[in-house]
Amino acid sequence: MGSINLKQVTKSFGDVNVIKPLDLAIKNGEFIVFVGPSGCGKSTLLRMIAGLEDTTSGTIEIDGQDATNMPPAQRGLAMVFQSYALYPHMSVRANIAFPLKRAKVDPKVIDEKIAAAAKILNLTDYLDRKPGQLSGGQRQRVAIGRAIVRQPSAFLFDEPLSNLDASLRVNMRLEISELHKSLATTMIYVTHDQVEAMTMADRIAVFNGGIIEQVGTPMELYQKPINRFVAGFIGSPKMNFIDVSPKHGDPTHSLGVRPEHLKVTTEKGLWRGTVGVVEHLGSETFLHVNVEGVGTLTIKDHGDCTLQYGDTVNLTAPKNKILHFDANGQTIASLSWQ
Amino acid sequence: MATTQSRTLARVMLLPSVTLLLAWMIVPLCMTLYFSFLDYNLLIPGDNEFVGLLNYEFFLTDPAFVESFFNTLLLVGGVLLITLTCGIALAILLDQAIWGRNYVRIMVLAPFFVMPTVSALVWKNMFMNPVNGLFAHLANWFGVAPIDFFAEMPLLSIVLIVSWQWLPFAALILLTAIQSLDREQLEAAELDGAGPFSKFYYLVLPHLSRAITAVILIETIFLLSIFAEILVTTSGGPGYASTNITYLIYTQSLLQFDVGGGSAGGIVAVIIANIVAIFLMRLIGKNLES
Amino acid sequence: MNKQNSQASKLIYTLLAWIIGGLIFFPIFWTLLTSFKTEAEAISASPSLFMFDWTLQNYIDVLARSPYFDHFWNSVVISFGSSLVGLLIAVPAAWSMAFVQNKRTKNLLMWMLSTKMLPPVGVLVPIYLLFRDFGLLDTQLGLVIVMTLINLPIMVWMLYTYFKEIPNEILEAARMDGASIGEEIFHVLLPIALPGIASTLLLNIILAWNEAFWTLILTAANAAPLTAFIASYSSPEGLFYAKLSAASAMAIAPILILGWFSQKQLVRGLSFGAVK
Repeated sequence: MGSINLKQVTKSFGDVNVIKPLDLAIKNGEFIVFVGPSGCGKSTLLRMIAGLEDTTSGTIEIDGQDATNMPPAQRGLAMVFQSYALYPHMSVRANIAFPLKRAKVDPKVIDEKIAAAAKILNLTDYLDRKPGQLSGGQRQRVAIGRAIVRQPSAFLFDEPLSNLDASLRVNMRLEISELHKSLATTMIYVTHDQVEAMTMADRIAVFNGGIIEQVGTPMELYQKPINRFVAGFIGSPKMNFIDVSPKHGDPTHSLGVRPEHLKVTTEKGLWRGTVGVVEHLGSETFLHVNVEGVGTLTIKDHGDCTLQYGDTVNLTAPKNKILHFDANGQTIASLSWQ
Repeated sequence: MATTQSRTLARVMLLPSVTLLLAWMIVPLCMTLYFSFLDYNLLIPGDNEFVGLLNYEFFLTDPAFVESFFNTLLLVGGVLLITLTCGIALAILLDQAIWGRNYVRIMVLAPFFVMPTVSALVWKNMFMNPVNGLFAHLANWFGVAPIDFFAEMPLLSIVLIVSWQWLPFAALILLTAIQSLDREQLEAAELDGAGPFSKFYYLVLPHLSRAITAVILIETIFLLSIFAEILVTTSGGPGYASTNITYLIYTQSLLQFDVGGGSAGGIVAVIIANIVAIFLMRLIGKNLES
Repeated sequence: MNKQNSQASKLIYTLLAWIIGGLIFFPIFWTLLTSFKTEAEAISASPSLFMFDWTLQNYIDVLARSPYFDHFWNSVVISFGSSLVGLLIAVPAAWSMAFVQNKRTKNLLMWMLSTKMLPPVGVLVPIYLLFRDFGLLDTQLGLVIVMTLINLPIMVWMLYTYFKEIPNEILEAARMDGASIGEEIFHVLLPIALPGIASTLLLNIILAWNEAFWTLILTAANAAPLTAFIASYSSPEGLFYAKLSAASAMAIAPILILGWFSQKQLVRGLSFGAVK
């Protein structure tokens, strides 16, 4: 079990509304990612779900029960913190045992559970070490181990990978995804990294300024962002935005084209510009093309692109891959994805 | 950043400390204030009648007050000056690569553990005594007349004793602070052609400002109420030459049993301390932030 | 700098440091030495460093003259007692200020610190009278109360600075793991903050051990700690250098040894948490 229902939840610190009235239903077993720029309220909302932060108004239901004013320990949730928050004075074993001891679990059962968790997380050889003697990745696994032994109804992750270096991050991403597949427990995962969001999530909630801009599967957000913010936040490199002067009868204020949908063409294209910086990544090439009156457009080309600085190119894109935004930055569905 | 529950809990857990300190501060202070308006002497039983500001008038116009006021300032200022300058020099020296630094540190730290009564007595008798003291022996050996420290320079002698007690404190705080100075900064300055003096003035001293503030604050708190050193060396004399305000009030209230006068003096001391405190708090507020 | 040059300067600095350190330490060293001399040797105009007849007579005389162990025990009770009681009161307060901060926290801390600025003479008369009326004069309990109160602000302040270094997330993790507030403090906060707590405790024991205003004024025969024991050697007994030295050595030795053994914690604590 692990469904979480947020109804008209708000949070304010004094006069500042950090979370504006917000509804969200998280299904049992779902992996949902809260993503957004820093200060958008995603971490605050996670801490409110955890019970570490008061809810100013609205209700939080966990498994159909009103948990708005429950203390953290009674909510049956487990949290993995950004800094891992391991107890530095305890061995790995004691760290993992801590929540079980607090719950007065039989010592024999504790030993079994620790052994099982250590096996899953490859920590068996490290159980008697202190956190200070472990690498970043191992500490992360201890933090996860401490969370899973409690068999919580949901896991909360607060930017758990941001302290790891790039290659470890990819590994841990896979491990967490696998863990989710094998445990099938609800996971709420906060990150500012849209790649993490795209690769791990069943559903993504994009936060901005204390509201959720859009909730959907990764591909929904990628293909049909409801506004410029979501369109720009999801996808790497970022979507290109081109301001256009609105014509009579056409509400389009700006266009959005993803770098991977822009094509260099020999025929007359939609835009014409000169190649600036060329970034070769081996498998692909990013071209930064300066288009007069439009600005710099980023193009994702194939790996063996031979264009050079200063070349003049024509650019085009399939019509159904160009998004149209109105004056408020909302996507105009009728023009964007027929 | 917390929940209502934890905020309530925090208030409950603050309560004992706040209540006790409030009681410790307010109750006796109000009593002192009240006594200071009475004609109240423990030796003269009577109805302790209300005399208004008479006690204050006596206390403030007493030449002893003026003298002990300046003595207090000299005592605090003198000790601060000596401990800070010597402390900075000592900290820089101990920061160098030297053999057996830990042993030197143990030796330097030692005076901090010596109780005021002991250090005052040892210095007074074994070092500063004009006949048998070590300094007198030294002077004789050099063929000069020994100094009678407590007769000729009572206040300075006390300043020296107290400085000896507080030097370890200043030196070790400043040493800790110096050790946290970024070595790359010094190397960069060296590359830029900075000599030892400009390095000290532009890098070390600003880096130490926080530690210096801490030393001033903490020492002042303790130095304002120096008592035992005076009691066991000069008893404030000769005359009032080495009496500070703390000692003056002690003699008034517990030696002459003049509760009213002593209380008025106490209130004056509190006011003086408050003026110093406001000044110091500004200083820390600026330097101890973050 | 070439190697020889730096070796040479290291030697100079080392010599200088040892000489200055030796000078600072000398009065204590001299006191210890004198305590083993005869009275005649102690006032000798050409004192010898080690070539004298070592004697323990002074210690025997001092022990015969006054009940040293009673004073010692009073010092222990007063300094350890007040530090432990203070810790019990200060830990919750420091927890509140470090982990549940609000706009008033800073002011509250400053106010607590400012009570340290209150000169003891400001409250001397009423405290003396209150102690007399409550029968606390010359009792261990009375001094434990006073020492606890005068050192409480320092304890709260020091513990606060140590607690502040502990990430809030670790305590929140404990809360998520189902720890009650007591378990959070005892199983997580205190073990992590142990070095800081040790230095707080040590410094306060030393401050209380050496406190010489209230201990001199509020005690007489029964509860007088070592500060008062030694004050009785102010003239004319102070002129018996060897006995004065023996008494002094006995008064400072316990805390000197404690301080040296815990040097690392103490140096950290010395700065009252103001310098990292």
